[in-house]
Amino acid sequence: MSAGTLYDKVWDLHRVAELPGGATQLFIGLHLIHEVTSPQAFAALRDLGLSVRHPERTVATVDHIVPTTSQARPFADPLAEEMLATLEANCAAHGIVLHGLGSGRQGIVHVIAPELGLTQPGMTVACGDSHTSTHGAFGAIAFGIGTSQVRDVLASQSLAMNKLKVRRLWVEGRLQPGVYAKDLVLHIIRVLGVRGGVGYAYEFAGPAIEALSMEERMTLCNMAIEGGARCGYVNPDATTFAYLRGRPFAPSGDDWERAVAWWSSLASGADAVFDDEVRFDAAAIAPTVTWGITPGQGIGVDEAVPTPEQLDPEERPIAEEAYRYMDLVPGAPIAGLPVDVCFIGSCTNGRLSDLRAAAAIARGRQVAPGVRAFVVPGSEQVAAEAEAEGLDAVFRQAGFEWREPGCSMCLAMNPDRLEGRQISASSSNRNFKGRQGSSTGRTLLMSPAMVAAAAVRGAVTDVRTLSPTEVPAPALR
Amino acid sequence: MSSLPFPAGPVIAHRGRAIPLVGADIDTDRIIPARFLKCVTFEGLAEGAFADDRTELAGAHPFDRDEHRGASVLVVNSNFGCGSSREHAPQALMRWGIRAVIGESFAEIFFGNCLALGIPCLTADPVHVAELQQAIAADPGAELYLDLEALAVELESEFVGANRWPVQLAPGPQRMLVSGQWDGTSQLVAHDSELTATAARLPYLNGFALV
Ligand code: SF4
Repeated sequence: MSAGTLYDKVWDLHRVAELPGGATQLFIGLHLIHEVTSPQAFAALRDLGLSVRHPERTVATVDHIVPTTSQARPFADPLAEEMLATLEANCAAHGIVLHGLGSGRQGIVHVIAPELGLTQPGMTVACGDSHTSTHGAFGAIAFGIGTSQVRDVLASQSLAMNKLKVRRLWVEGRLQPGVYAKDLVLHIIRVLGVRGGVGYAYEFAGPAIEALSMEERMTLCNMAIEGGARCGYVNPDATTFAYLRGRPFAPSGDDWERAVAWWSSLASGADAVFDDEVRFDAAAIAPTVTWGITPGQGIGVDEAVPTPEQLDPEERPIAEEAYRYMDLVPGAPIAGLPVDVCFIGSCTNGRLSDLRAAAAIARGRQVAPGVRAFVVPGSEQVAAEAEAEGLDAVFRQAGFEWREPGCSMCLAMNPDRLEGRQISASSSNRNFKGRQGSSTGRTLLMSPAMVAAAAVRGAVTDVRTLSPTEVPAPALR
Repeated sequence: MSSLPFPAGPVIAHRGRAIPLVGADIDTDRIIPARFLKCVTFEGLAEGAFADDRTELAGAHPFDRDEHRGASVLVVNSNFGCGSSREHAPQALMRWGIRAVIGESFAEIFFGNCLALGIPCLTADPVHVAELQQAIAADPGAELYLDLEALAVELESEFVGANRWPVQLAPGPQRMLVSGQWDGTSQLVAHDSELTATAARLPYLNGFALV
């Protein structure tokens, strides 16, 4: 049993009652909702004759279904329009704030809650979306839930939960230039597997983690769920506090000092006990790319697609399926694999620092002929900041499309999708079969800088071979 | 698809034919592709179950095979239901007619979503799962009898002989299903005064004054 960890402290503070089934009833400090997983929950609430227990602890936005070209209402897709109208009606009926299109605060739910200062250390955060683990970057205990649980939180501001074990992932050293939090987390999932984290909360700690910015920590925690860990977190520190200070919903005035004192007290202490610990060396990690159909099928960009003999016997069946689906030959190098579509965005990598890293590669270069590349900011605020810096112009001049905020091609719930057997270089988080909207479409996950490198070369490229300030290089293809 | 009523009240045992669905890491995008999530009710979801896998297999997917029509138990391998938290996945399976799932292991969110619908996800030893899948494939007409109190599954087949395997379910979910208390909302709502007390001691709801 873990003890003295941030997870334990936050858990104890939020306990409401022990339930007959053996689960603990846990208070939820922040409930985030969006248009996809909430309509049925509100309908169930109405059927039960219940109201929303804490509408002021519930915050809504719209992200999954919004088009990223024209966001004029009504949407061209009547189903998408109906989903948004339903969310608007439910929020109005229950007194819930909705950060809607054009409000300046709309965006992917896991991008806006942190940037508005809603997500804070020591909170429990729930949302009907598995990438809620993102908010753990602040030292919150944050996890994705299903629609019945959305109903439960709406009705009772609490959830029936079983306590997880805590595994500390201790990362030594520093990430090398050209290597990002995305590469780190893809590497971790490669080593521990997509099921490795089942039953665990992941505490990310060590010098390499402390050196990460908040946006990088969000990328890392975002993908904890892809490693099977329902939540992942980083202990709050000076980086966390500096990020939060002055944000619209962050504490201010006299509250601020008290808040920082409390937040600081939550971090896992030197005497904390973990159920398990795994160590990594950040310096040894290369830019990482997935070649298969699970986020665990990643390799360094300088490596080759593994052969069955190189894999554990239990990984071979899914690898065989991946070779067929991806149309890749075991033993072939991944670098140089041509791509059709390049997507920069999502709750994993749609923040300002991600766009900056990609723009540094795109600047002065051109998207390779035949490649479709586009950039989708994670929120209206990210879009505004990027435009103020001129990043939109950098991308446009390089031949990228610059879009409106939303989930876009992370999943196929809006008009952005792959066609047929197209292969994408994507900064999103899932390379499952069919994830990007075509049942035969293929996805290579990588960092935003690597996606930009793939866009200008027309093929998977080690971003470390492209200098960010170099004069325009002729596109290969 | 089957026309069984949705689960209600205690879930103590289930009898029905089964569908073996072989493969590890079958994620919720495969169970219900994202385009089917564009809906404001769960009603029409059954037809989306495994839609892309079924198209790919052109009629050969277990969900399309005549011998499994009307089956109500799914027998899967490891990490079933991983990926997206979408409750549309268990909803699609429930609306297809699935009332219980047996597998080597389940993704946690999927397990919880199923429990909230009164659909048990039971784990079994990989060897036993393989035996069960083979036995069902050999005699798809045979009925399974799932006993949630004894935690066992029996296959009643004239061809492959009767067989019984142990299955596992944590005591909490087992109690919730067997007692009919798997609809957790009412339990949570009942603790309203405790909830108020918890809120009163949370620093971030009280001006951080309680440090
Ligand atoms: S960007 Fe992708 S993973 Fe993130 S919330 Fe949207 S659809 Fe989900």
